[in-house]
Amino acid sequence: MAVAQAKQDALAARLAGLSLPQGGWSAPARADAQARLASMGLPGKRDEYWRYTDPTTLTAAQPTPAALFDAGDETPLFDGIDRVRLVFVDGVFDPTQSDDPAAAGVEFLSAGADIHWAQGLYGVLEARGQTPVARPLAALNTAAATEGVLIHVTGRAARPINLIYLHKSESSDAILHHCVKLAPGAELTLLENGPAAARFNKVLEVEVADGARFHHIRAQGRDHERRAVTHIFARLGAGSLFKSFTLTANGVLTRNEAVLELTGDDAVAHVAGAAVGDGDFHHDDTVFVTHAAERCESRQVFKKVLKNGAVGVFQGKILVQPGAQKTDGYQISQSLLLDETSQFLAKPELEIYADDVKCSHGSTSGAIDETALYYLRSRGVPLRQAQSLLVLAFLAEAIGEIEDEAIAEDIRARLEAWLGRHGG
Amino acid sequence: MAMDAEDQIELREGVDRETIETVQAMAGKYKHGWETEIETEYAPKGLNEDIVRLISEKNGEPQWMLDWRLAAFRRWQQMEEPRWAMLSYPEIDYQDQYYYAKPKSMAQKPKSLDEVDPKLLATYEKLGIPLKEQMLLAGVEGSDEPRKVAVDAVFDSVSVGTTFKEELKKAGVIFCSISEAIREYPELVQKYLGSVVPQSDNFFATLNSAVFSDGSFVYVPEGVRCPMELSTYFRINAENTGQFERTLIVADKGAYVSYLEGCTAPKRDTHQLHAAVVEIVILDDAEVKYSTVQNWYPGDENGKGGIYNFVTKRADCRGPRAKVMWTQVETGSAITWKYPSCILRGEGSQGEFYSIAIANNAQQADTGTKMVHLGKNTKSRIVSKGISAGRAQNTYRGLVSMHPKATNSRNYTQCDSLLIGDKCGAHTVPYIEVKNNSSRVEHEATTSKVDDDQLFYCRSRGMDEEEAVALVVNGFCKEVLQALPMEFAMEAQSLVAISLEGSVG
Repeated sequence: MAVAQAKQDALAARLAGLSLPQGGWSAPARADAQARLASMGLPGKRDEYWRYTDPTTLTAAQPTPAALFDAGDETPLFDGIDRVRLVFVDGVFDPTQSDDPAAAGVEFLSAGADIHWAQGLYGVLEARGQTPVARPLAALNTAAATEGVLIHVTGRAARPINLIYLHKSESSDAILHHCVKLAPGAELTLLENGPAAARFNKVLEVEVADGARFHHIRAQGRDHERRAVTHIFARLGAGSLFKSFTLTANGVLTRNEAVLELTGDDAVAHVAGAAVGDGDFHHDDTVFVTHAAERCESRQVFKKVLKNGAVGVFQGKILVQPGAQKTDGYQISQSLLLDETSQFLAKPELEIYADDVKCSHGSTSGAIDETALYYLRSRGVPLRQAQSLLVLAFLAEAIGEIEDEAIAEDIRARLEAWLGRHGG
Repeated sequence: MAMDAEDQIELREGVDRETIETVQAMAGKYKHGWETEIETEYAPKGLNEDIVRLISEKNGEPQWMLDWRLAAFRRWQQMEEPRWAMLSYPEIDYQDQYYYAKPKSMAQKPKSLDEVDPKLLATYEKLGIPLKEQMLLAGVEGSDEPRKVAVDAVFDSVSVGTTFKEELKKAGVIFCSISEAIREYPELVQKYLGSVVPQSDNFFATLNSAVFSDGSFVYVPEGVRCPMELSTYFRINAENTGQFERTLIVADKGAYVSYLEGCTAPKRDTHQLHAAVVEIVILDDAEVKYSTVQNWYPGDENGKGGIYNFVTKRADCRGPRAKVMWTQVETGSAITWKYPSCILRGEGSQGEFYSIAIANNAQQADTGTKMVHLGKNTKSRIVSKGISAGRAQNTYRGLVSMHPKATNSRNYTQCDSLLIGDKCGAHTVPYIEVKNNSSRVEHEATTSKVDDDQLFYCRSRGMDEEEAVALVVNGFCKEVLQALPMEFAMEAQSLVAISLEGSVG
């Protein structure tokens, strides 16, 4: 289908603002992504896949400036955890603030070689993820990213790798593209935190080979004015495990897409999110899980707490391909609306072509349970604290998806502090 | 079949012997696939303004009605056929259809049922829809209290007769064909037609607005409880003919009416188009129950022939405490595209949607509902049961929308899908939009296959596999079957079994 002139113009304007990298091992993948992007065009407000989230500020030629946020003397997230720290400032790697990447086996997208192992991954999963739904902002990322990490794990990684995204310029426009490849039986925990930039477009491609295990925990900054679109593309081999959890505490606009493909039998994929929004906050979780093998398990757990006009969106889909028998697919999306002005918009989908499966989804929306609140208050718990308790209880199922207790505790503490500042 | 005790258990489960016997008796074939040989008068093939004028003229319509149709037609020419549903079918050639077909014997409108062509009466007799007033719908003979059901029978493009008109008139209820209503009750029609489904609503509704030939009209005045159930029976007979009926039901303040709709068509190799519009207006404290058993010809096992069914149905609860209940059993049609909806405008109004959609062989169904909550304290409930077998695709598509002003509202949705065989598909596409916090919205969906343990249990008691599946499926659908009026519940139950014929083993 021909792309409308207006969309072509918008794409040309967006590309004009970027200096596309030239040459190197990733050149064919970039050229391919650019061709795909040209045939898709950038997403528009009228696209069904963007029904509940306006992509205008994500596709505009220039980013909307975002004021810098001072977290004060707050302890940085994951500080108590022994980890490899890699710091990106407005999307640019800063070796002076980082640990030694080479020691942790981390390479960079800018690696000058003509041949690289990441050729088999860079843009490959992203391209696979373009059907049946187009994700042009991910293709844009593949075409234009200049920074990102390449991690090839062959055994059990000794320490988690922590990508820290600092935001220092009011009009930064960052594009990062990471590739993680886990060899059979390998294991890695990847931590990500920070607002990254005024506008942030990130793609993470993860290849989880047979029997490998990948844990991903991220916190997308807090109370920052930033706008972000992120994509995770993952392919899972037989008996592998993939677990991803995201905490989003404010931020003007966030669209997190996860595109997971279970291609080996007995694979397990869990993706979870806890989002809390107060005021100018639009948060969109869009998940697409494809079951292409037998006896796989997938779980999607998304919880949102919204107030003062905050908007929560969930679009989740479980696709069970023909022959993917004994699939166990589960999906829950819930929102707690703390006042009259907040909104929750959801489209939880099932598309199933195999008969011996167990798939279910649930979605609920409502106010805080008055009876529970009354119970707590009648036991002498002050209103704000009681609300805070109930909110944390509501989010517990999502946080419970984090396996590492120390990391989960860190996330919980961050959340509690946020709730304290935002009135329960 | 075994002992009395076991029979009683079966009856309590809501599935009786009759279901199974009917399956055997009919050997699973589409039983309405025959054709009535009757001389038919067609309008020329194709669609243009002249055809629209001709239909209007044939119905003896006033100028305002013709203008309304022409406006819709001009609008339709600008529109594009929607393609968002999970349905795949070849391009429909809208010029390769007859838009008007009527039995020649209907050239002079019969004054009473006695004057109707016996061939037509025999057609409905054979369908189990007797157009004689003393008789009852098939399936309920022997019940303690004889129940009357008034029927409006639509054959191709025209209504051939309406029963119990006089008796209804005494109660103040108007029940007639829409063409008659346009002539006899123009103020009522003008006031309500298109007020729920506007001319430009969607591609198929707009097409219908331009070319609808007949359908039913019901007006139940203030405070009247309609003394009997009303029913319309649609029959497509002529070849290459589209049927475009339009139904308008108005329940004035405090009124109540239960309305049934049935439909069948002969077996043909070519696809036929059916694009209907049903509009329901419900005023303060009134209640309307609308039940459908859709049994259009589904095409053969290879997907040859069958009806393309594109239907727009919507109820508008305009007054406080108005109530609507849609119940549908969708077993027929090659393609089903249908979303009976409720606009819950009045404070405290209620909408309910109960649906069974069965797709077997090469059938494709994309159906569901919309619950649009606009008023305070409104309630809605959705129970959808989708069954896929053979190579069929079955999609539930629905919307629940809570507007900011619809405070303290409530929705509960349950969508269950059952898969029989590994070549079919079952899909769920709900949209949930909540814009206030005092409303509660709950949505649940499950997909599973026919439970092996249940099948084994039935088989071990001597049922063959097909009987067992029919029993289990009827159990799966029970919540919806129970919502149907008795006349339909019987028919629906046996239809469920017949529709799944050939899906196992």
